[in-house]
Order: sequence, then structure tokens, then C-alpha cells
Amino acid sequence: MNLPMGVRAAILTIAIFVAFMLAWHVATQGSGPVAQMDPEYAKLMGKTATQGTSAMPGPLDVGSKLWEHLRQPFYDNGPNDKGVGIQLAYSIGRVAIGYFLAVAAAIPIGFLIGMSPLMSRALDPFIQVLKPISPLAWMPLALYTIKDSHLSSIFVIFICSVWPMLINTAFGVAAVRKEWLNVARTLEVGPVRRAFTIILPAAAPTILTGMRISIGIAWLVIVAAEMLVGGTGIGYFVWNEWNNLSITNVITAILLIGVIGMVLDQILARLTRLVTFPE
Amino acid sequence: MTPDKFISIEGITKRFPAPGGGTTTVFEDLWLSLKRGEFTCIIGHSGCGKTTVLNILAGLDVPTEGAVIVDGQAIEGPSIDRAVIFQSHALLPWRTVMGNVVYAVSSKWSRWSKADQQKQAQKFIDLVGLTGAEHKRPAELSGGMKQRVGIARALSIEPKIMLMDEPFSALDALTRGTLQDEVRRICVETGQTVFMITHDVDEAIYLADRIVMMSNGPDAVFAEIVENPLPKDRKRTDFHKHPLYYGVRNHIIDFLVTRSKIFAAEVQGGAFDKRHVPVVRPGVPVAVAASTAPATPPMPGLQRSSVASG
Repeated sequence: MNLPMGVRAAILTIAIFVAFMLAWHVATQGSGPVAQMDPEYAKLMGKTATQGTSAMPGPLDVGSKLWEHLRQPFYDNGPNDKGVGIQLAYSIGRVAIGYFLAVAAAIPIGFLIGMSPLMSRALDPFIQVLKPISPLAWMPLALYTIKDSHLSSIFVIFICSVWPMLINTAFGVAAVRKEWLNVARTLEVGPVRRAFTIILPAAAPTILTGMRISIGIAWLVIVAAEMLVGGTGIGYFVWNEWNNLSITNVITAILLIGVIGMVLDQILARLTRLVTFPE
Repeated sequence: MTPDKFISIEGITKRFPAPGGGTTTVFEDLWLSLKRGEFTCIIGHSGCGKTTVLNILAGLDVPTEGAVIVDGQAIEGPSIDRAVIFQSHALLPWRTVMGNVVYAVSSKWSRWSKADQQKQAQKFIDLVGLTGAEHKRPAELSGGMKQRVGIARALSIEPKIMLMDEPFSALDALTRGTLQDEVRRICVETGQTVFMITHDVDEAIYLADRIVMMSNGPDAVFAEIVENPLPKDRKRTDFHKHPLYYGVRNHIIDFLVTRSKIFAAEVQGGAFDKRHVPVVRPGVPVAVAASTAPATPPMPGLQRSSVASG
């Protein structure tokens, strides 16, 4: 077979997918022994004990649930029964606000650190200590000071996405090729014009790489944050469905979280490519 | 200001702190003056401080002592009047050819309309023979074309002096030849003052009016100024057949191979006057002065004609 690499990879992908689905389907069929028991007692037991079927949903259950969600993503039947589209929109909204606040803070401060070795050294201890803190550790402090769960989750997104962007911006700015700066110097380009016409375009690929890392982290953190604060969002949806013992909904949500995360990552990857120029 | 001293290097010294304490002197008390419209090449071994001299002229570096006067004004930092052509072309990869040249034009004439800036840029893109490549980015250009963009960018701001740091050293021999022709044509046409570093003796003889020989570092000095005796209208195709060519070439090679190493002793002897670097016109025998061209290349006789005006 002399098919192109892309086609061969696609065939393999589909084969793995089908194999996994079949294995999942077979594993969740379930034909265990059914014990005879008192009907009152049976009510307290799960399906595995009473009917011999698996409690874990199969791929067909998840598929039909997914289809159901996708057909009606935006229904709203009160606080505990909203369409998955609404929940995702809440999560994306929180991530967007926290993330853009972080961009607005990290890029100017990163510029400052990158351009000034003094600031770089002075701020380094703060960054080194603050960076490894799990963003969720901030949550109680945020709830106590902000007194609003919605704003607190935005703060948590802000604090987790600010570091990669800050560090990458500082690095990108500090690593601008000396000869490009010399071009600006010999042309007597002023500091503001130099920042926008030389340093920013030269550091843009590094800055956007930082932004790509940040959006990934923000999307990871929002699910956990929403499980904590509750109310709305895909993280709350997952936790709520766990309390409802609807594993089908949990798996559906997991899939959707993965797809949205991939889309966010790809958007940033595209943007990075747009500002990257080979020499 | 006399026309002879358009650019005047006055006693510049560069010292660096040495790793084990103390200081390393790269060069000390250098004096040189360049005329307006003159093409000067500087030749010397690596480490003698040629690039430092050029960077000081550009204002990118500062001398530890001494000063450089350009057109009656002491250099205080970089100036748009002194264009630099970098060895590594230093084009901005995110800008097109036009964008790179316009960047320089708009730095000099920020109040011009966009159309006028583009017109000025286009003029110099045409001059270096890049018509049609205006919208390409540097990555799409060959090494020679990139260096042409660098030259167009430097010329487009109509500088008082052009400083070139081994501009052709990264190019293949054929491209280098064509670009040398272009640079020579443009400089002769526009009367551009040029200060250029090179390692290539033939390049220096072809391009330069005067060739400054630098002795080996540390403690390097401008040892000698070779006045190019070849006619101004020399052509790449036959300048090496000129009867005086081998005299000049041998003199320069001889300096680079042997004299540059032992020159420090000559300076130590005390007879050397750093303020008045000797000017030589090698290969000019008395016979030529009497206008009887010899059939064979003449011996490289030295004729110390004058000294540089200090």
C-alpha cells in the first residue's frame, strides 16, 4: 500500500476509534447473575444486581444523550436543568473575561520585565513564589474578599492564566535580536515606536505561545472552579450530574469539554502562525 | 572644517575590563580623517577592533577615550545621518521588502505622506535591482537579494555616510561580485561617503579609494593608509590586469601576512606618529610618473608620498 501518510494515519485513527467503541460496547453489555431478592430491597439496589445490565452507559447511550443535548443545547428549565450549551456558554464567558484581564495585565508587565533587567530581578522572587500556587488555593481568599462566587471564579481564571503569559512575554521581549534593536537605534526610532514596530512583532510568537499555554490551563481550571462555586457552568453541570448519578451526562460533558478545549487551543495556534515569520 | 575632514576620528581608545582584573586595550589613540565622497575600506585581522571602530562611528558603541567628529559635530549616539549595513542584513522578517525600506524612510521623514514615503522607497528598490520583489518577505529572498534590501534601506534615507560591516562576506563569490559592482556604481553616481570593513583584499582594491590597514590587536593601531593608485573608472572585468594591481595587492597581503604582527614593535620604537598615519601609494614606480607603462608588473616599490593631514 502506497497511500499518503495522511490517509494512512486517518485509517488508523478510525480503526482505533472503532476498536475502542466495540470494546466499550461489549464491556457494558453485562450478563452477570441476577440474585433473587425482596422487591423492597431491590428498589435500593442498582440495575447490575437486579437486571444484570451494567450501570456504566455504553457508547450508544452516550451517543443518543449527546445527540439529545446537541439538538436542544439552550433550553432552560430552572436552576438545575439548563441546556449544556448554556452551561458551556457560562464557562467560556468566565474563561474569556478572566483570560483577557490576564492578557491586559501580563503583556504590559511582561514588557516592563523584559526591557528592564532591574525590574526582572526585583520581581523574580514574587513570580517564582506565586507561579506554582494551585489556582484553586486562591478560591477561599477570593470568596472571602470578593464575596461573589461568579467573580471569584473569574479571579481564579485570571490568576492561573497570568503566569505563562507574563513569563513568555518577558522572555520574548528580552530575547529580541540585538541587530533589530540596532536597526531601530541607527534610524533614531523613539521608544514607543520601537516597542510597537520592533519589539512587539519580534516577541509576538513567544507571547502567543504563552497565551496558548494560558488558555489551556484556564480551560482546565474553570471546570474545577465551577465544581466548587456551583450554580452555572460546565464544571457545575458535571458535578450536578454526578449527584444525579447520570454517568451518561458526565461522559457527554467530558467529551464536550475536550472538544471546546481543542477549539480554543487551535484558535491560539492559528494566531501564533499568523505572527510567526521565518527569516 | 576643511573638506578633508568630513569625518574625523580623534584619538579614540577602547578598553574592556579583563576577566582576571585589570583592562584589555583593544586599540588606543586612533586618528583618522575621511573626505566627503570618499570610499574607505578598513582591513585587518579578526580581533583588531575594526567592528568596534565602525560601531563607534555608527554611535552604537562609545569609545573609552577620544571622540569622532562628523560634519563638524561630535557623535553622541546613533544618528539617522549615518546608515549602517549589517553583515547579517538585519531585515525585519515580518515586513516585506517595501515595508523594510519604508520603515527607514518613515523614520527619517515621518511627516511625509504614505505615498511619498513609498515613492522614495521604490526609487531605491529600483536602484538596487529589486523591482518586482517589493511584496516579498525576507524569507522568500536569496542571501544576495536580502543584502540588496539592506543596501536600499541604508541608501533610501540619503545618509551622510554609509557604514558597512563586511556586507558581502556571507555571500557566494558570484553574488558578491555583482553586488560589489552595484555598490560601486551607486557610490560613484551619488558621491556617497562610505566606510567599509572587509577581509577581502580584491574587494578593497576594487571598491576603495583609500584602504586603512590595521595592525593586530590588542593595542591595535591604524598602521598605514594605502591610496588606491588604480584609475577611478576601473572595471571588475579588467582591474586585476592593470599594471599597478599586483603592486597594491602584494603590499596589502605582505602587510596582513607579516607586518601586521610585528607592527606593535614599530609603534613601541617611538618613531610612529599615531596622529599622522603614513600614506603610501604602492606600486607607483618613477617610470609610470614619466608615462612609460612597463610591460611587466612593476616591483612593489614603496613611495611614501605624504602623511595624512592631522
